[in-house]
Amino acid sequence: MYKKRFLKIKERAIEGILLFSALSSIFITASIVFILFYEAFGFFKDVSVLEFLTGKQWTPLFAQPKFGILPLVTGTLLVTGIAVMVALPIGLIVAIYLSEYAPFKIKEIAKPILELLAAIPTVVYGYFALLFLTPILRKFIPDLSGFNALSPGLIMGIMITPYVSSVSEDAMKAVPMHIREGSYAMGATKFQTAFKVIIPAAFSGIAAAFIIGISRAIGETMVVAIAAGMMPNLTLNPIEPIQTLTAYIVGVSLGDVPHGTIEYKTIFAAGITLFLMTLFLNILGFWFRKRIREVY
Amino acid sequence: MSSAEKTDVSEIRKRIALNKFRDYIFWVIGLLSTLIGFIVLFTLVMDLFMDGFPRLGWQFLTSYPSRFPEKAGILSAWVGTTLVMIVTATTSIPLGIAAGIYLEEYAKKNWLTHLIEINMNNLAGVPSIIYGLLALGLFVYFLKFGESILTGGLTLALLILPMVVIATRESIKAIPNSIREASYALGATKWQTIKDHILPYSLGGILTGMIIGLSRAIGETAPIITVGALTFIAFLPASPITSEFPFLSFKWLLDPFTVMPIQMFNWISRPQKEFHINAAAAGIILLLMTLVMNGFAIYMRYQFRKKVKW
Amino acid sequence: MSSVVTEKLKAEVKALNFYYGLNQALKNIHLPIAEKRITALIGPSGCGKTTYLRCFNRMHDLYPNNRYEGEIILYPDQLNIISPKVDPIEVRMRISMVFQKPNPFPKTVFENVAYGLRVRGENKKSHLDEKVEKALKQAALWGEVKGRIDDLAFNLSGGQQQRLCIARALATGPEILLFDEPTSALDPTATLKIEELIMELKNEVTIIIVTHNMQQAARVSDYTAFMYLGEIIEFDKTDKVFTNPSKKLTEEYITGRFG
Repeated sequence: MYKKRFLKIKERAIEGILLFSALSSIFITASIVFILFYEAFGFFKDVSVLEFLTGKQWTPLFAQPKFGILPLVTGTLLVTGIAVMVALPIGLIVAIYLSEYAPFKIKEIAKPILELLAAIPTVVYGYFALLFLTPILRKFIPDLSGFNALSPGLIMGIMITPYVSSVSEDAMKAVPMHIREGSYAMGATKFQTAFKVIIPAAFSGIAAAFIIGISRAIGETMVVAIAAGMMPNLTLNPIEPIQTLTAYIVGVSLGDVPHGTIEYKTIFAAGITLFLMTLFLNILGFWFRKRIREVY
Repeated sequence: MSSAEKTDVSEIRKRIALNKFRDYIFWVIGLLSTLIGFIVLFTLVMDLFMDGFPRLGWQFLTSYPSRFPEKAGILSAWVGTTLVMIVTATTSIPLGIAAGIYLEEYAKKNWLTHLIEINMNNLAGVPSIIYGLLALGLFVYFLKFGESILTGGLTLALLILPMVVIATRESIKAIPNSIREASYALGATKWQTIKDHILPYSLGGILTGMIIGLSRAIGETAPIITVGALTFIAFLPASPITSEFPFLSFKWLLDPFTVMPIQMFNWISRPQKEFHINAAAAGIILLLMTLVMNGFAIYMRYQFRKKVKW
Repeated sequence: MSSVVTEKLKAEVKALNFYYGLNQALKNIHLPIAEKRITALIGPSGCGKTTYLRCFNRMHDLYPNNRYEGEIILYPDQLNIISPKVDPIEVRMRISMVFQKPNPFPKTVFENVAYGLRVRGENKKSHLDEKVEKALKQAALWGEVKGRIDDLAFNLSGGQQQRLCIARALATGPEILLFDEPTSALDPTATLKIEELIMELKNEVTIIIVTHNMQQAARVSDYTAFMYLGEIIEFDKTDKVFTNPSKKLTEEYITGRFG
């Protein structure tokens, strides 16, 4: 009897420890939200929200500081846009090829390679963008500035393609075999089946894959910090240097940032902007993924 | 056969030919797109090797950074990386596995579980630099750990935690219920069943997720810069092994540090070409570490799937 | 019902009702279980026989929203094993189960059989060796595995795996051994071997077997209960049930008119 009581207590204690570990996820999210809002709140005591959202210049470290976030946001969106124009089509095509066409042997080689592509540290991609791709692009576009949005955008596109392709492929694999068979039985080719039957059926999953890709591009830091430049620039021209939200945070952190100064607060202001952008995308992605589960 | 039927058949055949042609074109496009991945990987590695390989050597691995590129090395960087990884691994692995076990074996389908899951999935999509900001506020200033190895390690631990949890959950989910029932039917308690069956059988998947997580952590730069890792550091943190009792020191946890990706970043940012060569060399080492770890994880996953057939 | 069994009882089911959530799966079951005899349960799919069997080792406790009503009394201690006051783990230590699809652990043959003993705190190598060998002999498997006792259980054939599961269940010396359609996943040769084994085992342990194979019940058991839609329609000595059933429904099922 005595031993049984002890066993019961031990079981309960173990469950408690495990629960505590699981609660860590809530704790982390809460901490992120708290810190960002707390510091951002301090920032917005000194800077008006209107200037923040509509100002066209971001020069917080100047004697006459300007706090318009638009240059950083457009910088982020410009690079993301280029990346997405590469990654989404290629990612989807690769996914279709691997899921509907490729023989087993090719899949066995291609999938690990894609995984490795996704695993390469982003600094290495940054090196590649600045010191390999930009010089090459310069040969075709003589006006290309040393720091620009095009080169990191393209590299980021390649970097994100594996994410897009693997999630899309999972979505397409989840479409049941009998639906494919129905299409082939009517004399359709793989191409027709893929585009007319599978993709519509896997639409939610593919949308989720696209959103993951976009979110990843928005949050990327090192490639743009290295190759896009550290100068905020309100432009949509990819051959000019720009600065993204992420690169700004890194740029400031490289220097001395005493706690409580206005520079310290600006990185949180940029941070909260970034967080809200990716949060919105993640919620969208989550909604799409929920829809898949409901369909099947 | 009437002439009307004859045209029908040739019409159909033309149609089939067109469809098959389009199919073929797409097959070519698909294959090429997939090859792009391979081509890029190959080009990248080649470029890095050609630039940086000559610089690799014992001197490179054992020197501190310096104003002179020929003298500069990655000693402080790789020592920093190793120490930070120790902190990251010892924090995120037990925590992640424990959370994964709880969610798969204990959690009931209530609002709390749902909340935990939503958070876990959301955190996997948060940009890494946000973790840097979190760590800046929480670890550096609030908990007063300062700009130290401990902070860096914990930051990365939080970053890879969702990966470890998800890998744990997937591995546990793969275990069929009949095994659990067999264990319970023999009189085992819940924890005994987990300790004796669930954990050992899911270890392969967990290990894979762990290695992939750690390899990601090694390459992370942005959050580490944000928490104040130095980019020029010409000394090593205090040694964990001391010559007097108790032979183990924790002083190194609070020392300033740098890591390899930051060192590489620092060298890339310099204008001199010689520093770029150093950066390439550092990049080779980083790349090798990442590719080896990931390759190992992929191999292990394959081996494990072969051994345990459910 | 109790007049059917005139010999000593190992257990007795009294007014057992069972609910999956709001759905009543077992209705007012009364059944005596004779000691060291084989009691078989037959009936069409979905009649509740597996549900009934899983009450005996409290398997239903593993899943939410299940509810027991009534009693299953274990003799000689007069313990109601489905009472919420009784620890299910304790019940499972006295009553073992062999499942429909062989489910050996991904461990060695030895470790599979030894697991139940380890759970009970038995860790001494010499004791384990002895008990494992005894259990494997009881399960008529020892001859086939004695050379490869440290081999992975997965390498055994389907029939051997099931006998391994039987050995595993026997190693802990259970008072009642439950069989849930033990041969439905096996080929005829393996099936025959296991039926012979079960008939020998009854000298050592009380057996309850659920089967959808009527001929198996007729060959193997001493008492048979016929279940339909959660109720016991007929219970009697096996001979009588199969040669001269008293209920029309029983006769129809046995002659294959439904199910």
